[in-house]
Amino acid sequence: MTLTEQHIDDILIPILEQVSDPEIPVLSIMDMGVVRSAKLLEGKVKVEITPTYSGCPAMDVIGDDIKSALKDAGYESEIDLILYPAWTTDWITPRGRKALEDYGIAAPLEADADKAVLLEGKRLVKCTNCGSHNTRMVSQFGSTACKAQFQCEDCQEPFDYFKCLK
Amino acid sequence: MKNENLYKYLLGIADNSLILGQRLGELTGHGPNLETDIACTNISLDLFGQVRSYFQYAGKIAGDGRTEDDIAMLRKERDYKNVLLVEQPNTNFAYTIARQFLFDAYHLAFLKELQKSPDLTLSAIANKCVKEVSYHERFSSDWVRRLGDGTDESREKMQEAINDLWVYTDELFHQTEADKAIVAEGIGVDVTKLKAGYYTYVSEVLTEATLETPEIEYFQKGGKHGIHTEHLGYILAELQYMQRAYPNMEW
Repeated sequence: MTLTEQHIDDILIPILEQVSDPEIPVLSIMDMGVVRSAKLLEGKVKVEITPTYSGCPAMDVIGDDIKSALKDAGYESEIDLILYPAWTTDWITPRGRKALEDYGIAAPLEADADKAVLLEGKRLVKCTNCGSHNTRMVSQFGSTACKAQFQCEDCQEPFDYFKCLK
Repeated sequence: MKNENLYKYLLGIADNSLILGQRLGELTGHGPNLETDIACTNISLDLFGQVRSYFQYAGKIAGDGRTEDDIAMLRKERDYKNVLLVEQPNTNFAYTIARQFLFDAYHLAFLKELQKSPDLTLSAIANKCVKEVSYHERFSSDWVRRLGDGTDESREKMQEAINDLWVYTDELFHQTEADKAIVAEGIGVDVTKLKAGYYTYVSEVLTEATLETPEIEYFQKGGKHGIHTEHLGYILAELQYMQRAYPNMEW
């Protein structure tokens, strides 16, 4: 058992998959990788979630949404916020990455490429509108802490890039 | 309180982020342009999030029911132990960037060490924060280079801000009695050991930015002991207003 493994009871997966990230509604919290464990013990569910960024204001809402989704399914629950191991963009599932792209947010690159993009101005991020790699960073910080602002130099579309967090 | 030194140690760390976060928050809607406005407020949000983790832990240690909000909102000026650097005003964008860079360079080095703490809560918080602060430091050092190696006017303003704020840098490496006790217990970071590396790194960035590294002999201090510059009172008046006017109010 490694620390990065998730422990989620099978019966709870479909319920948790219905809860979405309030800032990125196309992404379920399961695909986001913020649910680290969910166990059913004597009729009560204990859920552990971990924040993407420390100041992420979505965490309180996510906790409330999990509670109400479980309640609708007939379970009382208790939510714990855990900090270790710290969340990383590696925990976003392939389905989650696709949902991000479809929504117009470029999914995080590998750590090395991310550094080259954000620090050295390399053009590696794919435009979510036209698919061109001729894109430039407008700002390291975007509409939320987890995103940077980009613009495509070919189709001129401005879009968000989900920053790599390791 | 059973572990008063650890409580004080946590507040010392967190107060820096709280007051700097509040200063950056002042720029909401007032940044020089949209991107930097959003960047400063994003950094502010990260810092407030980090503060919550430290204060939640401090509340547990106090063990008398005091919450993160009580600790943040209900202390008096002398009970805030942030360094003087972080309470300095947003005089102009060069000052905001200089303050941020001079703090980020320290903060990042500090967190890298705190990650090694055998106190599992502290190391977990540091592990989380170090990723965020790496982004802050990229942002602020990048702007120091851009403004320093920019136009004559931006260079002059950047140099002036660095010169004015330099006097507050030495205090980052001072230790209170509580700090020393926690370091002796083996769970805290000995900041005195970070000093040489800090000045070497900061000086490298300033050189790249075509700026001069100030050379002075006398530095300001006092924040870590609760003796602040005139600015902190005004910051607290704004920070605490709602809780003082409407005690126990919640969103």
